Amino acid sequence: MNKTYDVIIIGAGPAGLAAAIEAKKTGAKDVLIIERNDEPGGILLQCIHNGFGSVLFKKDLPGPAYAYNFITEAKQLGIEMLFDTMVLDITASRKIYATNSHEGFLEFDAKAIVLAMGCRERTRGQIRIPGTRPAGVFTAGMVQRLVNIEGLMPGKNFVILGSGDIGMIMARRLTIEGAKVIKVVELMPYLTGLRRNYVQCLQDFNIQLSLSTTIKRIIGKNRVEAVETVKVDDCLNPVAGTEEMIDCDSILLSIGLIPENELSKKSGVQLDPLTGGPIVDENMATNVAGIFSAGNVVTIYDLVDYVSKAGFIAGKNAAMYAAGQTAVKKYVEVKAGDGIRTVIPQKISVERGLVPLSNEVLFEMRVTKEYPSKISVDLMDGVNVIASHKEKYARPAEMITMKVDWNDLTTKLSKDTAGLVVKIS
Amino acid sequence: MNNKFDFIIIGSGIVGSLVARELSRYECSVLVIEKEIDVGMCPSSANSAIIHAGYDPKPGTLKAKMNAEGNRLWHEFAPELGVQFKETGSYVVAVGPDELPAINLLYEQGVKNSIPGIAVIGREEMLKREPLINPMVSGALWSPSAAVIDPFGAVLAAAENAVVNGVKYLFETRFLGFIFNGTRITGITTSKGDFFCDWAINSAGLFSDEVAHKAGVKEGFQIIPRKGSYIIFDAAKFSINNVLFQVPSALGKGVLVSTTTHGNVMIGPDSQLSENKEDSSTTREGLLSIEAGAKKLVPSIDVRNSIVTYSGIRATGNGDKDFIIETAKEVQGLINLLGIDSPGFVSAPAIAKRAVELLKEAGVKLKDKETFNPIRKPFPHFHLMSHKEKAELINKNPAYGRIICRCEEVTEGEILDAIHSPIPARTYDSIKRRTWLGTGRCQGAFDYPRVIQILARELKIPETEVTKKGKGSELVFRRTKEIIA
Ligand SMILES: Cc1cc2nc3c(=O)[nH]c(=O)nc-3n(C[C@H](O)[C@H](O)[C@H](O)COP(=O)(O)OP(=O)(O)OC[C@H]3O[C@@H](n4cnc5c(N)ncnc54)[C@H](O)[C@@H]3O)c2cc1C
Ligand SMILES: Cc1cc2nc3c(=O)[nH]c(=O)nc-3n(C[C@H](O)[C@H](O)[C@H](O)COP(=O)(O)OP(=O)(O)OC[C@H]3O[C@@H](n4cnc5c(N)ncnc54)[C@H](O)[C@@H]3O)c2cc1C
Repeated sequence: MNKTYDVIIIGAGPAGLAAAIEAKKTGAKDVLIIERNDEPGGILLQCIHNGFGSVLFKKDLPGPAYAYNFITEAKQLGIEMLFDTMVLDITASRKIYATNSHEGFLEFDAKAIVLAMGCRERTRGQIRIPGTRPAGVFTAGMVQRLVNIEGLMPGKNFVILGSGDIGMIMARRLTIEGAKVIKVVELMPYLTGLRRNYVQCLQDFNIQLSLSTTIKRIIGKNRVEAVETVKVDDCLNPVAGTEEMIDCDSILLSIGLIPENELSKKSGVQLDPLTGGPIVDENMATNVAGIFSAGNVVTIYDLVDYVSKAGFIAGKNAAMYAAGQTAVKKYVEVKAGDGIRTVIPQKISVERGLVPLSNEVLFEMRVTKEYPSKISVDLMDGVNVIASHKEKYARPAEMITMKVDWNDLTTKLSKDTAGLVVKIS
Repeated sequence: MNNKFDFIIIGSGIVGSLVARELSRYECSVLVIEKEIDVGMCPSSANSAIIHAGYDPKPGTLKAKMNAEGNRLWHEFAPELGVQFKETGSYVVAVGPDELPAINLLYEQGVKNSIPGIAVIGREEMLKREPLINPMVSGALWSPSAAVIDPFGAVLAAAENAVVNGVKYLFETRFLGFIFNGTRITGITTSKGDFFCDWAINSAGLFSDEVAHKAGVKEGFQIIPRKGSYIIFDAAKFSINNVLFQVPSALGKGVLVSTTTHGNVMIGPDSQLSENKEDSSTTREGLLSIEAGAKKLVPSIDVRNSIVTYSGIRATGNGDKDFIIETAKEVQGLINLLGIDSPGFVSAPAIAKRAVELLKEAGVKLKDKETFNPIRKPFPHFHLMSHKEKAELINKNPAYGRIICRCEEVTEGEILDAIHSPIPARTYDSIKRRTWLGTGRCQGAFDYPRVIQILARELKIPETEVTKKGKGSELVFRRTKEIIA
């Protein structure tokens, strides 16, 4: 017996919660969130540090508090949520197959779907760190869960590889919990996480950071006993003679996040090889009719506020699609030009059906390298600048958000446009 | 426990476990002792997993004989034991005109070894069969009887079937020496006490030389450990459905590019001396050399799509490097199975049968066991099922509805099966090897906390005693907020 919903959302993280709320507010009657964890909130539940909500709430909230606002609202709106339930399969005709241990194997039909599955961490295998394979090599997010949710300490002496945000936040957390964080090593010549996290998590706790350094090999039979680090040159190749042995029992990897899109692919959603997430338009619509997506599943965000915003957009459009409303007629492509590594949306609708959307289009971008001084991010149509956005500096670690008015954009667009390009000048 | 057995097998790799299963066909008591916490930890679970056709070993050697016979037997054993087995066939690929003569020589050797169905195929045909192959391909040796196997699954299946048919296994039990009555072996001493037997079978793999030396035999024989590393790829990113070898060189079979039973692509191995018999560490140079070797076969390989790297250690003997399968001469009551390096896995069923023959030749009377059941049913693999089968399975037991490993879709039900099976899984890695949990692209990042909980609950131990692969590999040390000294 299949139940049909107007909108089904996969994942109850900030993206999914926002999408559900906005879908309901837009008029969708039956809205369901399916979540594999036993409670809503997504990755925020384990982010007990502050730093969330500066854009939407003008407050500095811990992750769970940020999530709580959305969870409460979702409950008040009567949004159905199914926990401990894993979505296994989605089809292009929007059938959803899921499973849990209380209701068994489940099948749903959705008029519209929002993909909000978040991301997963890169692992040792992906960067092929040589050495032995003992216990004690963990990804940072996993340790964050162990420490903050399960209440378990996985080690005493840590070396952290990667200066991403999760790694730095965990360096502080582990120190507070009584572990010793010996060092953070970073392959790149620059910090890959946010500056404020460097100051608040490493500097304030006297934790050393070594840039242009990597782990050469892992040593230890049963449990990690040591790591050998080595400096790297400009081409990221190890420099002989710069090896250093560090005794430790744990290695924490904070080496990047990857959007989690196995399900998306099953339904025929096209992915952008650069972001690793679905190719979306400004309404967060994927190439499959009726399937929308938002949050870290699309591209890795720095700030949860923008994840929620993307969720709102996806939810609103999903509800309208479910009501038979949206019909985008024509797109132009958006490409990453000089200095830009990734950009979403990858396409903009230039002719719409009856769509009373917000006219604000958010371009979320990452740059290819450090720009220490002032830059301008330009949205180009051939040689014409359609919109410009200034930043005091730019770093690959920090996402750039550019707001453009949709009416303004489409009016300025030339008739025979060959597509848009964002670039740095 | 009664500590007297008819037979004691030292080592639970593929050889020891298949000997155990062969002996369980008869009315007799059998004990297998294993120093590790699980069967077949290395190298029986870290190898190329190829059921070689058998063209490779020198005609007339034991390796040639055992390989051909073992290949035939695996086609029978794999379905009986419910082992994942993919009948891919294999190719030795000549790149450029210079390598073609080697292919023809291998073909002739294959004919001498009576390998069924082998053929030399041309460049065009090879390009058709594997479009990703190096465009410089000049020809290939096709061996239809080659296959790939799930190596750990095979060891486990043999061991489980042996246990169901009456064999006893003792883990974390290290062989220390033999007990003699004159020149007759009457038992062994171990880290868990003494056990008595009429016959001991030495299938200790890398340590088989040391075990033999403890009996005062084969003094000149030595294992020289050489390690070989592998890189496994994300199945979603890269797939090839063949087994592709390079033309062999003096250094061995070289790097291969192969599918696994699980549908991943595997490349490797290199060949490097190990520092010792337990040194299975990978090195940067080794991994780079594998990459280069694999690219010779399939130039489009991109190692950024790797999900894991590891290595196994070859138990290569000194001397002529042939297998040694014999009854010890200077003492009574010992069968030695030594120097079982590649093609040891494919040969194992034949080696096990040969070991039993040796016992019979030595006058041991073996009576068929009427209750012997050769069939071992594998536990369900949720991931491999259709929607309908999944629904039915969860209906029977709701634990199959709870997914613990997101990438490989492993359920709590499968983990419980592994923990409560004939050879119980007691560590994270043991569960991983049985269920494929944590072997996908997230490599356990999602399942670790959950598996720690399940193991603690089922084994009735605190979370701090849950290990990755036995004592010393604990995963967590204490609870947070505890007072520390
Ligand atoms: C350590 C860390 C620190 C951070 N610090 C900050 C900060 O200080 N300030 C800030 O603004 N942002 C911060 N962020 C970023 C922010 O938390 C994320 O951008 C945001 O949580 C992403 O939301 P999401 O909804 O896309 O994904 P998630 O929160 O990951 O939610 C995805 C949900 O989908 C579920 N799911 C996935 N697949 C399935 C399936 N098949 N079936 C059912 N359910 C499924 C998951 O269980 C999960 O609950 C931080 C992130 C991390 C990891
Ligand atoms: C890199 C590599 C690639 C290979 N590729 C292939 C291939 O493609 N095809 C093929 O057919 N073969 C291949 N092989 C060979 C094959 O893996 C081995 O021949 C086979 O696994 C040997 O099995 P075994 O049971 O003899 O030894 P092992 O698996 O080593 O088993 C011996 C067991 O004895 C235990 N033990 C040792 N000492 C003691 C002690 N003192 N007390 C108690 N227990 C003890 C060990 O812990 C171990 O579990 C490869 C090997 C390697 C290393």
